[in-house]
Amino acid sequence: MGYFNSFSEFLDMGGHALYVWLSYAITLAVFILNLLFIWLKKRAFFSLAKRQTKREQRNL
Amino acid sequence: MKINMPRWFYQLASPKWSYDIMGMLLPWFAVAAGLLLTAGIIWGLMFAPPDYQQGNSYRIIFIHVPSAILAQSCFMLMAVAGLIGMVWKMKVAHIVAKSAAPIGASMTVIALATGAIWGKPTWGAWWVWDARLTSMLILLFLYMGIMALYSAFENKASGDQAAAILALVGLVNIPIIKYSVEWWNTLHQPATFTLTKKPAMPPEMWLPLLVMVLGYYCFFGFLLMARTRIELLERENKSGWVTTIINEQL
Repeated sequence: MGYFNSFSEFLDMGGHALYVWLSYAITLAVFILNLLFIWLKKRAFFSLAKRQTKREQRNL
Repeated sequence: MKINMPRWFYQLASPKWSYDIMGMLLPWFAVAAGLLLTAGIIWGLMFAPPDYQQGNSYRIIFIHVPSAILAQSCFMLMAVAGLIGMVWKMKVAHIVAKSAAPIGASMTVIALATGAIWGKPTWGAWWVWDARLTSMLILLFLYMGIMALYSAFENKASGDQAAAILALVGLVNIPIIKYSVEWWNTLHQPATFTLTKKPAMPPEMWLPLLVMVLGYYCFFGFLLMARTRIELLERENKSGWVTTIINEQL
């Protein structure tokens, strides 16, 4: 386990577990939110575009 | 005065060309970001030695420093893109600037949040009104102001213009952030990486950090291009090339 003797020691981070893991969790959450927003934006664009195309085809 | 720019510069002005080239680059940036970030995190969390003073809490550095670097790089990129958009009337440049704003803001949030969490065991306080911290908070407000301007105008071109001007004005904050640790008495430690000096850390610490910085840049590139492409579709939704893409999706 690199510099740690055991997995539980790794999780404990020398008593700083709360600080280290909270930081990494926040970072991961912000990364995922960034990806999620882009995915939602893309989906919204294409679903709107599809509806508009269908409407136009009906009106022809 | 007429400035002749290389050919790719004018090609970038074409929304379709930009959409296509970004679509080609996108997967490479995703793979590079995934590999670098995974390697950097495992290296930094498990294999880098603990700090002789801070113990293991210093491992926050591997996400804190790259996000702070990206927050500032992204702001500079956004300001330059806005300037190009204004000078050459280039819509794609404005769209890149608009797409960069929320990504930069999120990087600033990570830098501030991880900094506060790191501050607690190291300085004994979540927050201090220190020059570095305050100027980073101002950076976040600038990002939010710029994002608000982009969405505040009915006429998209006016919003682009206003946001680009605020980004250029806000650029003065970047050297303030950079030199805040030298100009003012501060709790914050000086820069880890400089171009002129060797890092004060041993390589077992700064190498994984460098890997993380590169990983963050790749991830940023991926997010920026992905966002820009969707924004291009939205702004150009009346043009033929977008209709073709929509019909392909049906």
